[in-house]
Amino acid sequence: MQVSGTFLAFAVLSLLTIGGAVFMISFTRVVHMVISLGVTFLSIAGLFVLLEAEFVAISQILVYSGAISILMLFGIMLTKHDAKDEGVSKANKGWLSILVVAVFFVIAFWGIQSTPWVAPPDNAAAVQEDNATQLGVEIFTRFVIPFELTSVLLLVALVGAIILAKKEEDNE
Amino acid sequence: MIFDVSLPLYLLIALILFCVGLYGALTKRNAIVVLLSIELMLNAVNINLVAFAKYGLYASLTGQVFTLFTMTVAAAEVAVGIAILISLYRNRDTVNVDEMDTMKR
Repeated sequence: MQVSGTFLAFAVLSLLTIGGAVFMISFTRVVHMVISLGVTFLSIAGLFVLLEAEFVAISQILVYSGAISILMLFGIMLTKHDAKDEGVSKANKGWLSILVVAVFFVIAFWGIQSTPWVAPPDNAAAVQEDNATQLGVEIFTRFVIPFELTSVLLLVALVGAIILAKKEEDNE
Repeated sequence: MIFDVSLPLYLLIALILFCVGLYGALTKRNAIVVLLSIELMLNAVNINLVAFAKYGLYASLTGQVFTLFTMTVAAAEVAVGIAILISLYRNRDTVNVDEMDTMKR
């Protein structure tokens, strides 16, 4: 019985990930939920490092733990300061949701367990060296058009968010 | 018992995260929490993509590129979602999803 360092890191990170998510569901104050989800996002970045995706991990920390958490906090502060989530709205809906989620979990778990996963050939490991450079080459050669479309999407989202959230001064 | 990290373990983590996010999105009343749960589900999918980029049969960087695109789209979605929520709060004075029923009445 030998426990490798990778497995130890994986165990700690996955525990933090799932713990953060479960605490997010069980907390009642919305601000606590956002903080707990920040822990989840950070540990997911750690999992990405374990998967040799360093650039994606850094982007995860910047975008999710940084930007999206802060944006959510702004949303909370601009709507209800001490908002509490009373949880399930109707008694029936909670049980139905649990049932739907449980059925989905069982089906997907069975799918994962019954599929024979074939290990990749060994030369694949050499591809992953110098992650950021390779990622940049991939994005700017094979994925140029989706990249440009993404920039257009970001511009549209920026303008749309400003217009939606702007105060209407002279309506009616 | 093999103490080694493999693909099914990552898939299992992602599945649990996705289920927690799905449960939160289905049951929570506060619209901001629903948005947070959707982010959790997107993150679970990201874990799957990166895991397959390393352990899949055709291991390549395509999965990581897809993850970057997913993050961008998620950021745009959150920005627009929060803007809609703020505008809705200004007009209806509520953030609960079951009180946003103007079109049902």
